[in-house]
Amino acid sequence: MPVRYIHVILDNERELLLKAWGSTQAEEGLIRRDLFTEREARTQTEMLYDALSKGVKASVETDLLDPDAECWDDMRAALADVTRERTKRGVSTAEMAAFVLALKYPLFERLRTTVDDSNGKVLIDAVNQFTRLIDSVSLYTTELCISERDKTIRRQQEEMMELASPVVELWDRIVAVPLVGTLDSMRAQEVMENTLSAIVDKKADIVIIDITGVLTVDTQVAQHLIRTAAAVRLMGAEAIISGISPRIAQTMVQLGVDTGEIRTRSSLRMALADAFRQLDTDVISRIAK
Amino acid sequence: MDALGAKVIRKTRLVTAVSEIFRNGLIYGGGALVLIHCHNATRTVWIDCCDDGPGIEDMALALSDGYTSGSGLGRGLGGAKRLADAFEVLSEPGIGTQVRLAGRA
Repeated sequence: MPVRYIHVILDNERELLLKAWGSTQAEEGLIRRDLFTEREARTQTEMLYDALSKGVKASVETDLLDPDAECWDDMRAALADVTRERTKRGVSTAEMAAFVLALKYPLFERLRTTVDDSNGKVLIDAVNQFTRLIDSVSLYTTELCISERDKTIRRQQEEMMELASPVVELWDRIVAVPLVGTLDSMRAQEVMENTLSAIVDKKADIVIIDITGVLTVDTQVAQHLIRTAAAVRLMGAEAIISGISPRIAQTMVQLGVDTGEIRTRSSLRMALADAFRQLDTDVISRIAK
Repeated sequence: MDALGAKVIRKTRLVTAVSEIFRNGLIYGGGALVLIHCHNATRTVWIDCCDDGPGIEDMALALSDGYTSGSGLGRGLGGAKRLADAFEVLSEPGIGTQVRLAGRA
């Protein structure tokens, strides 16, 4: 019985409810004219309304608005479209949830005038069921918003990872790996892979790992560096770690990190000079000559 | 530390020590509760890191260099102790571990 009432209201008073929904949205400041034209907002609202209405109609039979039921699949799809479109244009998660919740009050208002006063039980039942449904729908949009954002973050992370660990060919047989920021396990793995494949691709004999841009070296970062250097040596090249600032040298000593036979230099310049010496390369300034 | 006008080297020391301790809390303690307190009068930053992980059975061994129960270098705890200006570990096997350390600006 309660679901039938909701269905009848949604069906008969579409125009009125759509208008009321729109004005509740306006009252709560959810109409973003800066982001949407009135027409777009109206189309989205209608799309959601019709999908919802369809779901309610399918639920009349069971007289239960079960948010997990199959009849809401269309609704979820419509919601996903609207959510994606809205978040892409900069609507916040809270705004998106409030946008959905704004349908509640106009519908409750209509229920109150439609259902007979003596029939309080049905009214409360209808309000309960509809609240549960709309709450679950708004929760769903929230989840969608968050998962969209997570996707963006993940994509940016991947892009940053590629940007952040380039391998540069400095000279014949000399490559450099400038590291910037923090070196976590994932990035360390990426750096190691890029470095090792560069040894093959560029036929490098010397790899200079420059950590000038690394803020702190703790035992984990040190371990990654040592491992990378060991892998480089296994491939027959030599690793030089450069850019060891006084503060990093101090902390590494305090930590008791032993860099063993790995060559270290305080600056990239020194490391490069070292590499030239080892490869018997002379770089001569013509002016000095 | 910035607000206290700390030198870069002092900051690096504390950040490195904290990084070791927090990682221990995360990896061995399965997540930790962290409290950071800045004491302006003594220009010191105090950090508490408490976890409810398995705890440390042999403290002397855990603090010694080169020992690890995991896959690290085994220098984190001892290193952090040397880097920090004050350092204290309380641990009860089966209950958890609390590390308190401080860095002067």
